[in-house]
Amino acid sequence: MTDVIKLKAKDYKSGIKPIWCPGCGHFSVFNAITKAMAALAISKDDTVMVSGIGCSSRLPAYVDSYGFHGVHGRGLAIAQGLKVARPDLTVLAMGGDGDGFSIGGNHFIHACRRNVNITYIAMDNEVYGMTKGQASPTTAMDWDHSKLTPHGPGVRPFKPAALALASGAPWIARAYSGNPNQMAKLIAEAIEFEGFSFLHVMSQCITFCPEQTDWKAIVHEREEPALVDADEAAKLFLHEDGFQIGLLYSEQRATWPPTAVGAVTEGAVAQLSASFRV
Amino acid sequence: MSTEQLSIAITGAGGAGVISCGELLLQAWARLGGRGLLRKAYGPQIRGGESAALLKLTERERYTASSNYDVVLALDWANFSRFEEEIRLGSDTWVICEPADDLPDSVVAAGPNILRVPLAELAAASHADGRENMLALGLLGSLLGLPAASLCELSGQKLARKPQSYREAATACIERGANEKLDCQLQVPPLGGKDLWYLSGNQAAGLGALEAGIRFVAAYPITPASDVLEWMAGGLEQLGGHLVQAEDELAAINMTIGAAFGGVPAFTATSGPGLALMTESIGLAVASETPVTVFNVMRGGPSTGIPTKSEQSDLNIALNGLHGDAPHLVLAPLDIADCVFTTGWAVSLAQQLQTAAIVLSDQFIGQSTAVVSEPRRCENIVPAILPALEEGDYLRYKLTTSGISTMASPGDVDRRFTADGLEHNEKGTPSAKQSDHQSQLDKRADKLADFDFGEDWGCTSGSGSVALLCFGSSSAPVAEAAALLTGRGVDARVISLRLLAPLQVVALTDTLAGCEQLIVVEQNHSGQLFHYLKGQMDFQQQVHSYAMAGPVPLNPQSIAQRVLEVTGK
Repeated sequence: MTDVIKLKAKDYKSGIKPIWCPGCGHFSVFNAITKAMAALAISKDDTVMVSGIGCSSRLPAYVDSYGFHGVHGRGLAIAQGLKVARPDLTVLAMGGDGDGFSIGGNHFIHACRRNVNITYIAMDNEVYGMTKGQASPTTAMDWDHSKLTPHGPGVRPFKPAALALASGAPWIARAYSGNPNQMAKLIAEAIEFEGFSFLHVMSQCITFCPEQTDWKAIVHEREEPALVDADEAAKLFLHEDGFQIGLLYSEQRATWPPTAVGAVTEGAVAQLSASFRV
Repeated sequence: MSTEQLSIAITGAGGAGVISCGELLLQAWARLGGRGLLRKAYGPQIRGGESAALLKLTERERYTASSNYDVVLALDWANFSRFEEEIRLGSDTWVICEPADDLPDSVVAAGPNILRVPLAELAAASHADGRENMLALGLLGSLLGLPAASLCELSGQKLARKPQSYREAATACIERGANEKLDCQLQVPPLGGKDLWYLSGNQAAGLGALEAGIRFVAAYPITPASDVLEWMAGGLEQLGGHLVQAEDELAAINMTIGAAFGGVPAFTATSGPGLALMTESIGLAVASETPVTVFNVMRGGPSTGIPTKSEQSDLNIALNGLHGDAPHLVLAPLDIADCVFTTGWAVSLAQQLQTAAIVLSDQFIGQSTAVVSEPRRCENIVPAILPALEEGDYLRYKLTTSGISTMASPGDVDRRFTADGLEHNEKGTPSAKQSDHQSQLDKRADKLADFDFGEDWGCTSGSGSVALLCFGSSSAPVAEAAALLTGRGVDARVISLRLLAPLQVVALTDTLAGCEQLIVVEQNHSGQLFHYLKGQMDFQQQVHSYAMAGPVPLNPQSIAQRVLEVTGK
């Protein structure tokens, strides 16, 4: 920890003006991240925000920490490489539903199963915003607002929590952009969790999906403690309405890489080259 | 009696152990101070397909593939036809095979000396678990004058993790084979080499990378690059580093970039199809100025192509595969031993220049094993420049005279920045302004263009008015061709390029001074190096292309013939 003075949430903002539309849910995710950082008194110099491409993936530049804004869909891969190489850092990966569940879908399922100790915040607005409103993997079958799929995508949307559970994610929570205080609490818990923590955020897109303002009336907080049993969680994630917010599932399991790896054997380089001598 | 070289082919079904037989033979030969090359020819079928250990014992360390074989030992002939173009026999070839074998027509047509030995029967009689490949090992070892005890010891080491009965069976078969008297006398090359090494090009590359400080590797299996990664996995464990098996090449390159951004020297290895998948993110490494080394072991392409055989056809994608203007490094090791130096140099250059280095090895040098003198190392491994502690905003992408700016890593106090594939200003803030784009493009181009790469950009020899220009693994057949030409009274200049991008135009022009004819030699169909050079340089010479697609290795005689045609001699 290099920061001595206790910082406030606003001290974790870089001052770069976000590109987001007024009313975008991502503002509230941004605020919640900085609030969680302040609550944990996290060191700016030892924290990295990693993202792919899309509206939400612009977030790293807005936080006053280290950051990496990569290519579309690969934020999780960069984040895992970084964390494995530098376990001393706090690493948060983030991006949208297209970035994380479509082009980056393979990285998502493997990140869940690999269980590297990072946090992944997926800001889900069920639409590709930056390319002006196409259907994403979480868009409803009959959403016919896109010229690309004028009759709606016609395929069933992903259930990200179910996908995460099936892939082995040990910590699954859902937040809503309209409830930033709860989101900040969940982000702080996610960072503190030892393992891959997946926070699915319903983050509204006011521009292409104005109907998402209705989410306010639909979301409901989970009253019960988080499930610890995968069978029960599977039932929940397959049958719920997708608007339950809070910590939904949490189990402890071994993270990767195993801590035993990483010790240096004395003179190892010389030994390696010696093995080739006749 | 001694000879310059002796070539032995051991063929059989995949899984019959012909490669093990070849490896042990070469190791025992090396113990006596002998030099040689073992090429592994195999098909895509892991068990039951075709497989051949192609051994060339030589006096000098210039390792080209043999085309004519002095000895062909066949455990079986079932799939020999797949090797007919690579394993040529003559009337002085010794063929060793089972008494009842029907020989392929092409073998009979060559009229070789045939020695029929009941390999399977003798192996079975030697031990209940006896295998023909170990019997063949004893047999061939005795023809080469190798001590059976040495072969037994080496086989014991190789089978260390197998049941005791396997080791006993191997010993029994080797000894039985060594005692088999054959009516055959072989001339062998002279021995007496000192301080020799025994390794494959892929192992050499892994060693070069680890010695240069690589401590993170992301890996996705692909033939013929997997063995670089497999070897490094063990090494990294001892060095406190990490290897992650990624879900695909897209993840592998991005994990590599993530680790490198963290200040840990990072590396990945792949082959053509994997390189194609990685190109978008190699562009990210270029734009975000993150140092990564991508080691590409070329195989026949396009698409899945000929995955188990060699070709130099990924030059185009390595040079031009990135979208946008994305200057980066492209290097190629010249031979098996040079994989150590070139890989180390690539790691060092990537760090100094904060960009991506693509290294083009190929299946021939990658998966062949050779006895070599101690490889040269890249002595001066330079890390990326770290930022000084100064007041004010940290400018990660600061415009400097060299184009190189300092590279902070997470954890560095008060040097926070966001690396970005979006065009950005000096601070790293995304910017679509023309002035920022122009100045950052200039920066990324200038740092490579103005850098002093020294003398290692290539290897040159000779001084004649005709020059042979090549890269990477073509170097050995080209050098061999030049030696053949010397015998014909033609002095050919040889230039082997190790650094392909940025092309060292001034140095290359100087090297070609006084030269009238230039032949660009490469192992691909379209003459990729030829066209690249023509686009980069105004040659004073008449420039000719000698481009031959794989998978059959470049033939020194044919290259020499082309020189004679061009020079009219």
